Amino acid sequence: MPDQSPISSVNDFVVRFANVNGSGSASANELFARSILRHGVPVSPRNIFPSNIQGLPTWYEVRVTEAGHLGARGGVDMMVAMNPQTWDKDVASIEPGGYLFYDSTKPMPSSKFRADINVIGVPLTAITNSTYTDPRQRQLFKNIIYLGALCALLDMDPKLVEQLIGEQYKSKEKLLSSNVHALHLGRDWALQNLKCPIGLQVKKSDKVGDRIFIEGNSAAALGAVYGGATVCAWYPITPSSSVAEAFTSHCKKLRHDPETGKAKYAIVQGEDELASIGIVIGASWNGARAFTATSGPGISLMTEFIGLSYFAEIPAVIMNIQRAGPSTGMPTRTQQCDIIACAYASHGDTKHVLLFPEDPAEAFEFAAQSFDLADRLQTMIFLMLDLDIGMNHRLCRPLKWDDARQYDRGKVMTAAMLDEPGRDFGRYLDVDGDGIPYRTYPGTHPTKGSFFTRGTSRDRYARYSEEGAVYADNMQRLVRKFETAQDLVPRPLQANAAKPTKYGVIYFGSTAPAMDEAIGLLEARGHQLDRMRIRAFPFHSSVASFIADHDFVYVVEQNRDAQLRQLIVNENGIDPVRLVPILHYDGTPITARFIANAIGDHQDHLKVTPLRKAVS
Amino acid sequence: MTYIARPKFHHPGLKKNDLGYTHRDYEGKISTLCAGCGHDSITASIIEACYELSIEPHRVAKISGIGCSSKTPDYFLGNSHGFNSVHGRMPSVLTGANLANRDLIYLGVSGDGDSASIGFGQFAHSIRRGVNMTYIVENNGVYGLTKGQFSATADRGSKSKKGVMNTDNAIDLVAIALQLGASFVARSFSGDKTQLVPLIAAAIRHKGASFIDVISPCIAFNNHAGSTKSFDYVREHNDAVNRLDVLTGRDPITVEYAPGTVQVVEQHDGTRLALRKIDADYDASDRLAAMTFLQKHAAKGQVVTGLLYVDPDAEDLHTHLDTVETPLNTLEAKDLCPGTAALEKINASLR
Ligand SMILES: Cc1ncc(C[n+]2csc(CCOP(=O)(O)OP(=O)(O)O)c2C)c(N)n1
Ligand code: SF4
Repeated sequence: MPDQSPISSVNDFVVRFANVNGSGSASANELFARSILRHGVPVSPRNIFPSNIQGLPTWYEVRVTEAGHLGARGGVDMMVAMNPQTWDKDVASIEPGGYLFYDSTKPMPSSKFRADINVIGVPLTAITNSTYTDPRQRQLFKNIIYLGALCALLDMDPKLVEQLIGEQYKSKEKLLSSNVHALHLGRDWALQNLKCPIGLQVKKSDKVGDRIFIEGNSAAALGAVYGGATVCAWYPITPSSSVAEAFTSHCKKLRHDPETGKAKYAIVQGEDELASIGIVIGASWNGARAFTATSGPGISLMTEFIGLSYFAEIPAVIMNIQRAGPSTGMPTRTQQCDIIACAYASHGDTKHVLLFPEDPAEAFEFAAQSFDLADRLQTMIFLMLDLDIGMNHRLCRPLKWDDARQYDRGKVMTAAMLDEPGRDFGRYLDVDGDGIPYRTYPGTHPTKGSFFTRGTSRDRYARYSEEGAVYADNMQRLVRKFETAQDLVPRPLQANAAKPTKYGVIYFGSTAPAMDEAIGLLEARGHQLDRMRIRAFPFHSSVASFIADHDFVYVVEQNRDAQLRQLIVNENGIDPVRLVPILHYDGTPITARFIANAIGDHQDHLKVTPLRKAVS
Repeated sequence: MTYIARPKFHHPGLKKNDLGYTHRDYEGKISTLCAGCGHDSITASIIEACYELSIEPHRVAKISGIGCSSKTPDYFLGNSHGFNSVHGRMPSVLTGANLANRDLIYLGVSGDGDSASIGFGQFAHSIRRGVNMTYIVENNGVYGLTKGQFSATADRGSKSKKGVMNTDNAIDLVAIALQLGASFVARSFSGDKTQLVPLIAAAIRHKGASFIDVISPCIAFNNHAGSTKSFDYVREHNDAVNRLDVLTGRDPITVEYAPGTVQVVEQHDGTRLALRKIDADYDASDRLAAMTFLQKHAAKGQVVTGLLYVDPDAEDLHTHLDTVETPLNTLEAKDLCPGTAALEKINASLR
């Protein structure tokens, strides 16, 4: 009997599965998460995996959260400990009063348990071995058997799980029935031998609504389909590969000419990132919508071309799914650490547009929008995701599209326009004062509108020139164009605290769900904060006014060097003292607990020791 | 990379091609390469080939990397779009451009430094993908624009202008193009217009990856044979400026010789090049034989010129990707966007 009362909670707990990479557990674990969703209860799952294919530890965490918190919570209420390698660490991470679920086929010494947790043993290997002879089957069905046992322990409706299995193996009758059989093996054993249910329970609810469950990378790829991308060139790198893979599968389903069956897209796996971005730039120069997806090391390689895109004013889209750097860093861990690298990528004076979606729904919208922005601004657009959004399923609002929406192809001069009497074409002429010149696509007109694209300095008519004034004129126009971008990119979203406050918080991207939850935790501690979610760089003017309106503004981000804060200080000339960095960068997703503690402690400190004038 | 435009005056008596265009319609800006540079002769051959093929100049996209050679697209087809990309990366930019609009003609111009060193990977991969293009390497064995360092095509044992011996083996781009599956492979000499013009014309007509390696003497850094006093000059020479202030120009080297014969050409630096023009009865449909032929003559110190290999039924990257006939860059929202109905279905499948 544990010396701590067992945790008791309905629809609000964290289950973590500790497995060995390559054991086929991923699909069973995901099935668990989806089953809870089918109960009408929101979940927020996270994949924690090593940068290795087989043998190393991997974890899958499901936060069951009727309140709908979609950030990571921290702490584990139930550990499904299937990996002997990480046993000690896994057992240690269980909250007091929590539950340990393990394979009790072989007896474990009591020293391997803790007195303050509830131990649930199921002889999984024994059950599996008595039913299956094939080693692969044994491995795979063991996962479904523990899922069945969890169904009983957590009081889940097995019908809902069966339904999901049915959808998964729609036309594969044999797989369907054998999986359902394994599910019931586990469930029946638990019902007969254990006290079911335990303190953690899943009860049917109606809190999921019409929301969808999707990974950010897949949503971004779908955004590229809807946004009209026809050329994708990429090079494999975690955590971005699944963007290109999803784009490929979406295109296969959605983008074939119904009559000829031919593809209305071209996808090339480049030989490296240099080639990928080169292909994208070549395609965009020639009037197609093109993108690549990569991560930090790829961005490093692409920077020369990114500078070319900036200076020669060629539209392009890079989806950067950030992982922990520098160098190879932690390839399968999340961070928001490429902000500065992307904002100022390449040599010389450059500035690039960055978009920061908070979830898959926004990843879809921003991805589609990035092609309009790239064409409108004739520059590189970075869609800044990170592993936490990109590779984890998130519950989000359904994806929306307006069928009346037309693509904004920006300022493109056609043959007819070139023929208009009195019309002057200069590739780098700022006709409208917004810093954006007209371009022509190659092949437009037999005698008019052709020009030479180059990375060297040139005049407004694209004629090579190293004249100082000509160069400066061009560089100034590029600044003007960047200012124009401010009003075209998604604006920051602001929300005021319940009571007037002198303090604010700025955050962005995948931090959003944890931040939403942290606000509640902070209010409970008596702290009020106005908040602003930044959604793009260049910063809208409201960012500077938000900072001006508060004594202190916390800037929450997932990197060591407070990169967004640096960018705000640099671009808006703000006194750095006014911006308090709240930094989380160990590679795990930021949690509400972390934010609330860090900001709460700072706020408490302000209250306890108010800044006094020195008494001399 | 000049800004000096050619005067627009056309002599009324100029000969016209099928489209009614004169030679002048295929010219570009005035070259600022060194007088006598082989690259200028290649420019002239490109102009000639396009004129003879009656190509609409604006239907050509000319793409290059960085180097003296890569500047040349500015000097031909003034009415077509050009793209001077970054060093060694012409092939990827061209590949992307080609994917966007399969209806244009793609002319890729590169140097041996550009293609055999920094861009070796891109050269190889564009060839193996079968991009429909004419890829011309203007091969002088040195880095012209950065003043005479060895390139990867320089022969082992050759000496740089400063007298340094090259101890590395040379890369033979033609051999590699053959090995990688280029469906049109040729080598020529900048001074042999009779051979080069039809080769370029045939390469442009070929659907698939055409590769032509053109030996192109560099007057500035090939002029050091045993002489330290030859050119005492001040030279502003970087990516952007290509003006040789004190450099005695030379006449470009030209040759004419019959198929099956060997012609020894003395280059600006006094070195000798033994060019072997392949026989009229050479079988250009046998890739393996081409490789052997090349090796056999290389062992004799001869540089084989002519059309080495062609596969008339070649497929290109678009065929491999099975893309629609309509250029991708002309597809609009109605062709590309699956719409709300499809999205609703997707949403439903994600619940
Ligand atoms: C990334 C990068 N590295 C180096 C250079 C400098 N650079 C300019 S041209 C060139 C070599 C050109 O040689 P080649 O391609 O043989 O052309 P050539 O000038 O001989 O015609 C180099 C190294 C550059 N522009 N970019
Ligand atoms: S340096 Fe050599 S390659 Fe460059 S223009 Fe002069 S002769 Fe030609």
